[in-house]
Amino acid sequence: MEGFTIVFTIFVLAAFIGFEVIAKVPPTLHTPLMSGSNAISGIILIGAIISAGSQHTWLTTVLAFIAVVLATINVVGGFMVTNRMLAMFKRKD
Amino acid sequence: MSPAIVNIAYLVAASLFIFGLKGLTHPRTAVRGNMLGALGMLLAIVVTLLDKSIVGYGVIFAGIVIGGGIGAVLAVRIQMTAMPQLVAIYNGFGGAASVLVAGAALFEIMVAGDASPIPLDAQFSIATFASGLIGAVTFSGSLVAFGKLQGLTNEGSVRYPGDQIVKIALAIVLVIFGVLMVQYAGSSAPYWLMVLVALVIGVLVVIPIGGADMPVVVALLNSFSGLAAAATGFILYNTVLIVAGTLVGASGLILTMIMCKAMNRSLLNVIFGTFTVVDDGPSADEVYAGKVKSTSPEEVAMLLSGAKRVVVVPGYGMAVAQAQHAVRELFDILEEHDITMEFGVHPVAGRMPGHMNVLLAEADIPYDRLKDMDEINPSFKQIDCTIVIGANDVVNPVARTDPDSPIAGMPILDVDYSKTVVVIKRSLSPGFAGIPNPLFAADNTLMLFGDGKKMVEEMVKCVKEELG
Repeated sequence: MEGFTIVFTIFVLAAFIGFEVIAKVPPTLHTPLMSGSNAISGIILIGAIISAGSQHTWLTTVLAFIAVVLATINVVGGFMVTNRMLAMFKRKD
Repeated sequence: MSPAIVNIAYLVAASLFIFGLKGLTHPRTAVRGNMLGALGMLLAIVVTLLDKSIVGYGVIFAGIVIGGGIGAVLAVRIQMTAMPQLVAIYNGFGGAASVLVAGAALFEIMVAGDASPIPLDAQFSIATFASGLIGAVTFSGSLVAFGKLQGLTNEGSVRYPGDQIVKIALAIVLVIFGVLMVQYAGSSAPYWLMVLVALVIGVLVVIPIGGADMPVVVALLNSFSGLAAAATGFILYNTVLIVAGTLVGASGLILTMIMCKAMNRSLLNVIFGTFTVVDDGPSADEVYAGKVKSTSPEEVAMLLSGAKRVVVVPGYGMAVAQAQHAVRELFDILEEHDITMEFGVHPVAGRMPGHMNVLLAEADIPYDRLKDMDEINPSFKQIDCTIVIGANDVVNPVARTDPDSPIAGMPILDVDYSKTVVVIKRSLSPGFAGIPNPLFAADNTLMLFGDGKKMVEEMVKCVKEELG
């Protein structure tokens, strides 16, 4: 298979998995699911790191640096705030 | 490190994300799910840091320290009442990062020319287009959503003549820049111009959406933040970006559909349509004149003292009034005297999916007392007293009775079936749908006019005197 077909296959299969795995979610978890999945969308940090670290030109490095900052806020903030919310739900067990 | 090992590590990270998201859908496994997600992220980051193309770590670590610091401070210090804004702005950051990474990749390839490991072909251009477009719309749309939720801008629906035409015109401009990007693949100008147009479109799409429709927007932007990352994965041929981004896209879309279903409206209707204003519907005067009975905290306290089962229906008004802690006090005193208190939560109550659940959990209400609409609706006939705090359209019986109403067919909480309904509200002003609510004039309804928090606090005081 050529490059595009492979990545496109991965994309479609991931979409199916996403819909299957998350199909039923109770309202209590709507917000934590959103903030937790948002932290996962911070995976863009990977792309930002590669770009910032390869230091092609000062311009790409500046763009990538800003991207690293934003994506890290997303990752660290997202997982931490989700954890904080879930701790509130758990306390009453 | 060899590419094979890196890709295997990415596969493990992607699997951890799948397990993590699965965990997040069940109360018992949610904490572990979140941890698994974080673990996957850590693995992906560490492996990436060992990538052979990385020559300098200074910039990366500076970025991670700054971003991590900001993220941690925000996460620890944010008030639970500000959660919708926080989720909105996080979505925006993800989108902006995608725009920047795609833009940087474009520059890199232009500079590297034939030496570039990534071919400058149509796939690259289209993926860059998608990444910049989705990322920019997510960013500016989230900023507008943040402004609305934070109260910085008009929270309602802002419309102007010809708004749909302006959007269509901009969409055409967008497509033109997209074609130019493919045509002049070695130039970055079309990309940044396209991003500029997409930023404007993001603003224009979210501005007309307001108030009660916010949960749909927040969920949809959540989905977009993931899809933007997935599109960037197509640029960089990075599998973990594609898988993780797509998973988030799917999860956000599922939440969006749940929200739309709870309002009996299609996604297109929420984004492009508006509630059709019905002139022939009954006016507020016809509905309310002479029929509204107002009450006092003392009277409600007496009602509650004689009740066996009480249900509280919270709405956005409870969040605005910050009444959740007063409600918790009421919960404590009633439970102490064997009066059961439950909560009927409508899926779109508040400004983001699950908003009421988060607020009530923060106030230490046990989550098994929070009932979904489908769970609580059959029991309203056995409820002695239902207290509606700051909710309106989601308890409007017109949705059941009048097929011509703008909210016809929307699933509602059947509070009007309970023996007595107490509605705490500042005035008789209509909700987001802009129509009068016959519930307020019903025989079994008492209106308690005032600030939600103050009224509940006074009720608590009176109930304490009543029950001793």
